[in-house]
Amino acid sequence: MTKVLMKGSEAIAEAAIQAGCTHFFGYPITPQNEIPEYMSAHLPEHGGIYIQGESEVASINMVLGAAATGCQVMTSSSSPGISLMSEGISYLAGSELPCVIVNVMRGGPGLGGILPSQADYLQATKGGGNGDYNLMVFAPGNLQEAVDLVQSAWDYAFKYRNPVMILADGFMGQMMEPVEIKEHKTDRGNVESWALGYYKERGNKRSLIKSMNLTPELLEEHNIHLQEKYAAMKKEETMFELVNLDDAELVIASYGTSARIAKTAISHLRNEGYKVGMVRPITLFPFPYEAFDRIPASTKHILDIEMNMGQMIDDVKIATACKYPVSFFGHCGGLAPSVEEIEAECKKILG
Amino acid sequence: MSETKIYSRPESWMKEVHTHYCPGCGHGIAHRLICELIDEFGIQDKTISMAPVGCAAMMYDYIDIDYVEAPHGRAPAVATGIKRVYPEKIVFTYQGDGDLASIGMAEIIHAANRGENITVIFINNAIYGMTGGQMAPTTLIGQKATTCPLGRDPQLAGYPIRMCELLASLETPSYIERVSVARPKYTIKAKEALKKGFRYQMDKKGFSFIEVLSSCPTNWGLTPIKSFEWQLENMVPYYPLGIFKDFE
Repeated sequence: MTKVLMKGSEAIAEAAIQAGCTHFFGYPITPQNEIPEYMSAHLPEHGGIYIQGESEVASINMVLGAAATGCQVMTSSSSPGISLMSEGISYLAGSELPCVIVNVMRGGPGLGGILPSQADYLQATKGGGNGDYNLMVFAPGNLQEAVDLVQSAWDYAFKYRNPVMILADGFMGQMMEPVEIKEHKTDRGNVESWALGYYKERGNKRSLIKSMNLTPELLEEHNIHLQEKYAAMKKEETMFELVNLDDAELVIASYGTSARIAKTAISHLRNEGYKVGMVRPITLFPFPYEAFDRIPASTKHILDIEMNMGQMIDDVKIATACKYPVSFFGHCGGLAPSVEEIEAECKKILG
Repeated sequence: MSETKIYSRPESWMKEVHTHYCPGCGHGIAHRLICELIDEFGIQDKTISMAPVGCAAMMYDYIDIDYVEAPHGRAPAVATGIKRVYPEKIVFTYQGDGDLASIGMAEIIHAANRGENITVIFINNAIYGMTGGQMAPTTLIGQKATTCPLGRDPQLAGYPIRMCELLASLETPSYIERVSVARPKYTIKAKEALKKGFRYQMDKKGFSFIEVLSSCPTNWGLTPIKSFEWQLENMVPYYPLGIFKDFE
């Protein structure tokens, strides 16, 4: 297949279909309505099923039911909708069920706005729902990467039996770019060993999928097991990109669309002789702490750039063990930092 | 001519287990009826249910079929997800009055209205059992609960919700009936209703809803025998037994 010009939301939806997504449950919310709209039109053509839930709460629980059968199920929403789904997401993680959740972030808190934002970094990476759990969180930096990450998301979801979240922002949902969407064969692993609906195949042994355990020792054991999975993700699955890092005096830490804007700023700054580089986490959980070990001795300062009020900065400080001063630059509420603003901020820091 | 009848535990009942339910509680009876029907239909290997939140949260310990736990009130949405993957399997939810008629009101109304081809079993004992006797959406006027110690006041809490009547106002559902397990003669009728609910699902007739009036001696503060009487004297007049909708 050659490249085609597609809107981000539709590219994400088509990528999911080509990766074998069979079930989609969702509720309308701006700015991601093109995903459920595309799914409602095209999933049935591929033998799949689209249902519009009566709410995000219902939709994520439909996802839970379908995920418990071991099928490839997906939902998408935007920030306030993800807040409503957080109950179900906690249950999915606690019950160890694989699914893919797309969050096309908008400004918050509360109803906030409908314009692009990265305001859900902390919600996505540190919880959202109750209990000690983590999602795998992927932050694509452009549409092709969004397509590729959506397609591989079920491989990770089934490998770890854990929900995977694609953390995109409103720009990515609405912009058009040429993308190549290939067919992707998902590895669901040995679904029969745990999923609902294989009573006979398991030799008349039923499946019991749950998060509740009223015996404290057993619940602790379950939590230790979950932590072991998260530790394996941290060891095996981090993804990141390093840009012009080798001789950098200033290192930008950024992800998603803000990283893309920063990349343009870096190329301009380099042309002017400013030694600026970037660490771009692609997995936000597991966070690629080791990427920051590659920061060279020449570095004097780290600049965290996001479309929020600085939600990743603590992770950057942990990753660099506070060896460098870390400051924040960004906008929120639907505004993005411009290339010129980033250039000016970098020049100010470098003096 | 004499006939030998063997009374035994259903095959789909978990071996060697006793329920945690209080003496006089209706859950055990309802569970048994479900197991008998699973055996009679021969569907143990293809029946899937959801554990609700409430006293029946651990019903998977008693019924030997595939189970997934649903968050409080969300079983009809979870069932939707399962049934849309497995149209040939038998999917039923089993929910109490707090689960279904309070926190899960949106999920039950919309699953019914979509005509999900599932069977919903609604256990109404007019109180929150598991959490210790708080007011439920189905608590009767004047009935005492820990969060309405002087009795339910309609000025403060409104009137108890009649779920069968509410759902019967929808166009889509196929079958809605209210039954009781307060006397053997009612229990026999309850089993017939549950049987119809399962049969309709197997025949792909759409959404079935069976409300089972039950008793909670512990939180009603009555003996098991008195609580059955209380149910018939107080609940049945407000929640009349019978069929509210049947496509046949």
